[in-house]
Amino acid sequence: MALAAPALRRYLLLLAQEHLEFRLPEITSLLSLYGGQFSSEQEIRVNSPFWILSIPSEEMARGLMKRTVCAKSIFELWGHGRSAGELYACLKNYPMDKMLPYLQSDSTYKVHIHTFNKTLTQAQKIKKIDALEFLPFKGKVNLKNPEHIFWILEDYGMDPNNVPEEPFHLYFGRWIADGQRELIESYSVKKRHFIGNTSMDACLSFIMANHGRVKPNDVVYDPFVGTGGLLISSAHFGAYVCGADIDYNTIHGLGKASRKNQKWRGPDENIRANLRQYGLEKYYLDALVSDSSRPIWRKGMLFDAIITDPPYGIREATRRTGSQKETVKSAERSTDNHIFVSSSYHLSDIFFDLLKFAAEYLVMGGRLVYWLPIYRPEYTEEIIPRHPCLKLISNCEQMLSSHTSRRLITMEKVKEFKDQDQHSYLLDGQYMPYRGHNSFREKYFSGVTKRIAKEEKDNQK
Amino acid sequence: MKLLTHNLLSSHVRGLRPGGGFPLQIQASEVRVRPVPFNAAFVARLVPRLRWAALLEAAESLGHPSELPPEPAADYEGDESFLRRVHHILLEVEVLEGVLQCPDSGRRFPISRGIPNMLLSEEEA
Repeated sequence: MALAAPALRRYLLLLAQEHLEFRLPEITSLLSLYGGQFSSEQEIRVNSPFWILSIPSEEMARGLMKRTVCAKSIFELWGHGRSAGELYACLKNYPMDKMLPYLQSDSTYKVHIHTFNKTLTQAQKIKKIDALEFLPFKGKVNLKNPEHIFWILEDYGMDPNNVPEEPFHLYFGRWIADGQRELIESYSVKKRHFIGNTSMDACLSFIMANHGRVKPNDVVYDPFVGTGGLLISSAHFGAYVCGADIDYNTIHGLGKASRKNQKWRGPDENIRANLRQYGLEKYYLDALVSDSSRPIWRKGMLFDAIITDPPYGIREATRRTGSQKETVKSAERSTDNHIFVSSSYHLSDIFFDLLKFAAEYLVMGGRLVYWLPIYRPEYTEEIIPRHPCLKLISNCEQMLSSHTSRRLITMEKVKEFKDQDQHSYLLDGQYMPYRGHNSFREKYFSGVTKRIAKEEKDNQK
Repeated sequence: MKLLTHNLLSSHVRGLRPGGGFPLQIQASEVRVRPVPFNAAFVARLVPRLRWAALLEAAESLGHPSELPPEPAADYEGDESFLRRVHHILLEVEVLEGVLQCPDSGRRFPISRGIPNMLLSEEEA
């Protein structure tokens, strides 16, 4: 028998069944943050809530759970099988010396049973737990506050209309840690003091920070910062944050409030105040008013991550500085600080400028994470913008309507920026989905889309 | 605006010589010192990204001479008192009201309520 290199242990990850496409990149990014490689022998069924991970240490498993919002819990896997018999046989083969530390007579424990896609009666649950009597549990059962918690997990498949009598997969493991899903509630936008029209849902903003491999003591920048929602998740993970926005009023916390029933944003409504609300003010660096299509920084590798949600031109006005006369809604204390802005900035330019900015200003290995709006009937992977210095890491879709979605794009800087690397490009140079009359904005608003939507609605009646 | 940010900002007015536009001269009418919890590891990470002379000059111009050496010492990472002084000057001194002036073109960027406004018009950019 060949000796394995660092022995990998098997852990069972129990995931939440939402944002399915976003989960694997999140877990992969986080494991790499803790020094792990995600080996190809992983037993992952991407849409299933049960993943078996082979990783070198419990420490890495705990590190992962301190960050993930996609996974609910992780377990040290003692056995699994496609039937109860297989599970028990597997458990009997699990090394006794690995079990005993957790089954000591002076310890307390409980066994919990979790079923996916089926509800069991209390009697059924007890029967299944009792069937594990063959395991050498020497400790005392304590249901309230046990030292060790063991779980039986049963997978009854993905079809709620076709639930089998027996589970497809069974697992047994020792509970190690829960993930960070409680952050979703505690950082909910509903409770936030300062919001804008496009404030990001809390779960997705934590996913973005995780895709971005944000680490404590990183400097994270958002060039379309708005009310700063995306910075909050990075600050929560210990990064220092800054952002810029072309909208003077938003950065200053002035003007019409986005929250219903509120007339005016208060004097303390701004990005700094949002961070203060969560005890994260120490991570606030600065906010600036600037046009992200124009440079304001000195050349150099200044930022560890760029995490942003550029304006799509639909809810937020897409703007760029220009000379076109346009009344700008300004604060009462009007100054000559306001430059007139025009609407002639093509949607596509935003993304190419963003990639070029990331290529130049990210540190090596730093990540760019941003949302790209998609017109689904015409989507192909070729429309994702590319840059010679950036490697595409992941591309995850969130549907908005049947014809529109947005994709969370993550890129990593793998090559140093030289002046000849100026330009971003598309894999197929002919294909310019974001320009001109074929642009995303046109399609979104076009009569065609509306007619199709109406047809779908009629069909549902 | 903190001096960390100031150290990274540059003017990009059209027609500047290469390397021009940096550092911006600070003319502050209101400066505030606000404590920020000290984090040695963070400050040590920042030191290599800074333009040191510009930092010292900026601190001086605000009337907060930094008591820092002309260059970081080779073993700065382990020198807590050095890092604390860097921390103070980078993160705790904020310009609330004032102007940043491009040293080459003279173009002025206002700072109000601690927020610099770096917008240029179409002609200037």
